[in-house]
Amino acid sequence: MENSVKKEYQDHVKSITPKPNLPLDMLKAFLVGGVICCIGQGIINTAASLGADKQTAASWSSFLLILISVILTGFGLFAKIADFGGAGALVPITGFANGISSCALEFQTEGQVFGIGTRLFFIGGPVIVYGLATSGGLGLIYYILLRMGVI
Amino acid sequence: MRDIQGKTSLCFHNDVFILNSASIVGKKEGEGPYKDSFDKIETDPFFGTDSWEKAESTLQEQTAFLALEKQNLHPDDLRYIFAGDLLGQEIATGFGMVTLGRPVFGLYSACSTIGEALSLGAMTINAGYADQVLSLASSHFATAEKQFRFPLEYGHQTPPSSTRTVTGCGAFVLSSQAGAAKITGITTGIIMDYGIKDALNMGAVMAPAACNTITRNFNDFGRGPGDYDKIVTGDLGVVGRQLLFDLLAKEGIDISAQHMDCGIEIFDGDTQSTHAGGSGCGCSAAFLSAVLLPKIASGEYRRILFVPTGALLSPVSSNEGQSIPGIAHAVVIEKG
Repeated sequence: MENSVKKEYQDHVKSITPKPNLPLDMLKAFLVGGVICCIGQGIINTAASLGADKQTAASWSSFLLILISVILTGFGLFAKIADFGGAGALVPITGFANGISSCALEFQTEGQVFGIGTRLFFIGGPVIVYGLATSGGLGLIYYILLRMGVI
Repeated sequence: MRDIQGKTSLCFHNDVFILNSASIVGKKEGEGPYKDSFDKIETDPFFGTDSWEKAESTLQEQTAFLALEKQNLHPDDLRYIFAGDLLGQEIATGFGMVTLGRPVFGLYSACSTIGEALSLGAMTINAGYADQVLSLASSHFATAEKQFRFPLEYGHQTPPSSTRTVTGCGAFVLSSQAGAAKITGITTGIIMDYGIKDALNMGAVMAPAACNTITRNFNDFGRGPGDYDKIVTGDLGVVGRQLLFDLLAKEGIDISAQHMDCGIEIFDGDTQSTHAGGSGCGCSAAFLSAVLLPKIASGEYRRILFVPTGALLSPVSSNEGQSIPGIAHAVVIEKG
């Protein structure tokens, strides 16, 4: 088949395929993400008011958000929230917790080792790999700049 | 040689009847516009088992036995089974067809598998290699998500062009004995690759294959859209339907008056948030059994062109950046 025919078809597909409503999706993401961040801040403030130092209060916030997210995943509710809120639900730590726990749920039928053990990081794995690689790379740049006396 | 029709079709001169059929679908399909048409709606997504894969095998097994029971048949009355599903190594069929204990051909043609199963079954009966065969295909929402996309509870958004895999199975007893409908011809799919890579826009992948198969069917049989009461594609969805119409328009063909798409019909897109429609082997198979065949039996449709459509991708081919080829198998079904 001629490439021009394919190209013409691909362009036509692009022009008629409905696009997601970006402003509406962004508004929903802002709302859901905002609510999650408010809950997180609420946990920090509460922990602080109970006498925790800044770092401990932040840890409580992460810990509880992960817990809530995993429980919601188990009850089949997180996917519904993410379907509505998109990146608003996925970008905070809640999305990572959902990525791990949904894999655990999905692959448990394939056993503890080859099911859960192997597939647990099916979604979270790339985040960890490239998160570590990026932080390592940036750390190296920081070290070089430090040695050169720039910083 | 007398059954060869045109360049790529067959016109059967011996009788190939669809003696009977059965459809079982899941809960969401059972809440759709055709909820009263299916033989059984299973509200337990696990079908009484403890894994998605076992659930789909059970779905196949139950549908096969239901199709046989309706006609008081026993598996021993079948000479061959033509069956397929969407899973890797076809495990829904591999495990689902064990208890029938009959010779099996396992098929894969993505969501167009029922078209291939009916075609091969009809060829077998027409040729006199069998007096009775079973053709079936299944899909399950959860097994397909796990096979092709993400874990079920992973939160993510899908674009408006995406479809939802139907949990369902359609099983058909093909026979040389008289039944309410018969298969009179087939036009087998040619794999078409227009370079589409978006796995969430399957309609765009499959529309060229559907256009190609429908056009070849018209040419081979010397027919036009008006020779069919309905031209029913498998799971093009709303995006694919538009593209099919646009592609056919270039060939000077307009099927808009006859066209129907199982994927668009099986769900109510407005209330069931299924985006472009339903998809999967079970979509067209269950719809044919539950909705189309009764209308052929009643005489509402005298002749239809049933064109299940499939997208031949795997997670590996997608990850390797390959485009997605499409296929569509046409089966001519007439009143018996």
